[in-house]
Amino acid sequence: MRCADEFRSREITTPLVEEIVRSLKRPVRIMEVCGTHTMSIFRHGIRSLLPDSLTLLSGPGCPVCVTPASHIDAFIKAANLPQVTIATFGDLIRVPGSKGSLAAARAGGARVEIVYSPMDALTLAAQEPGRIVLFPAIGFETTAPTIAATILQAERSGITNFMIIAACKTMPQALEALMADPELQVDALLCPGHVSAIIGADAYRPLAERFHLGCAVAGFEPADILAGLLSLIRQINNDAPRIDNCYTRAVTAQGNIKAQALLNEVFESADSEWRGLGTIPGSGLVLREKYRRFDGLHQLEIPLLPSKEPKGCRCGDILKGRLLPPDCPLYGTACTPLQPIGPCMVSNEGTCAAYYRYSGQKESRRQTQVERS
Amino acid sequence: MCLAIPMQVVEIKGGGDPLFDPQVALVENDGIRKEIRLEMADRVPAVGEYVIIHAGFAIRTLTEEEAEYNLSLMRQMATVLEEQGRLPEAPE
Ligand code: SF4
Repeated sequence: MRCADEFRSREITTPLVEEIVRSLKRPVRIMEVCGTHTMSIFRHGIRSLLPDSLTLLSGPGCPVCVTPASHIDAFIKAANLPQVTIATFGDLIRVPGSKGSLAAARAGGARVEIVYSPMDALTLAAQEPGRIVLFPAIGFETTAPTIAATILQAERSGITNFMIIAACKTMPQALEALMADPELQVDALLCPGHVSAIIGADAYRPLAERFHLGCAVAGFEPADILAGLLSLIRQINNDAPRIDNCYTRAVTAQGNIKAQALLNEVFESADSEWRGLGTIPGSGLVLREKYRRFDGLHQLEIPLLPSKEPKGCRCGDILKGRLLPPDCPLYGTACTPLQPIGPCMVSNEGTCAAYYRYSGQKESRRQTQVERS
Repeated sequence: MCLAIPMQVVEIKGGGDPLFDPQVALVENDGIRKEIRLEMADRVPAVGEYVIIHAGFAIRTLTEEEAEYNLSLMRQMATVLEEQGRLPEAPE
């Protein structure tokens, strides 16, 4: 599409890069917490345009990557029930649980369909009244209202064979938990575009104030991202952190009130386990009592069991910005996009996958250590 | 999962019954038409306007002018930068 090309054009990005170089007065570490930002930064080679003293860290912004193995295991368990069809976003199917994946279940005969929208899953349920269609509900504040709207539609049209496993998460609580970690050194946050479109730029105010942290909400095109980075560098230079909304074509201060209302009608917050980050209070969304009949865990009596991370996978440290993918001993050897071990290598938005595809670095820096140990 | 690029609405369908025939927008890209739900849209778009989409739902409606204005804003930003070596400060 034409407008996208215009956003990418060098005419716009070159002066932004030059201004970033001019403005940078000391080494700065900025975390981006949106999988789409991560992907865009790599795909457009933005890191290579920026000075070495500006470090970009990827945070827990990829919904697939932060879904813990316990939830993946529950999705697989549901898939293996003979009466159940799983209708899922495509990037979830290859994510490993503690044993196997949805793709492996499908190869073994389970019915797993890829959908683009939760509404497509509901359509499938309407077409096949003899089966239970279960949608693994992962995602952040942008996706949760789409699932809420789908559940409301299911209720209105009296479709009873549609269910979800509620595994959505909310961003501000996770960012609070991350920023409170004394080991994490981050000078400023590049806030997600579409999560912010829903929750509003003001949602980051407590975070900015409590941690004296610069925040910039940015869109996904290179010029958007560069404008966001420049805003953050200026905030750091002036020691005046605030919330700068650099994505006004989608984001307002208050966010999308309709979407918030949908979300609140169907879901309530609960503690939630994040892969690699552990359980974060109030960071998950579960169905309200009123909508309990759509709860697949409850209806199909599937337990959520504690689970282990894949052996040797360092996704947790990567999601916290402590390590870069090549610091993982499995990177590029045992773990590649074709043979992923951890979720960060599976999802298109995962940091390991983006690094592998676009950075040119295809091998772990730690390989020899592993061979010795 | 995010599609960042606004899509132009080519048709508004449905609306006969809010429960069983809710309004949807048809958007077109590369000759492929997609139905987009409007429950989350801040307002119902008119044909020719743009929507930003997430997982089959419009999450924000942009007028044609808004979409173009935003583009020109980005271009202007670049020009100002080139001339003055700095971006205009965003209003607080
Ligand atoms: S390279 Fe693979 S194993 Fe290592 S952290 Fe990334 S996803 Fe996990």
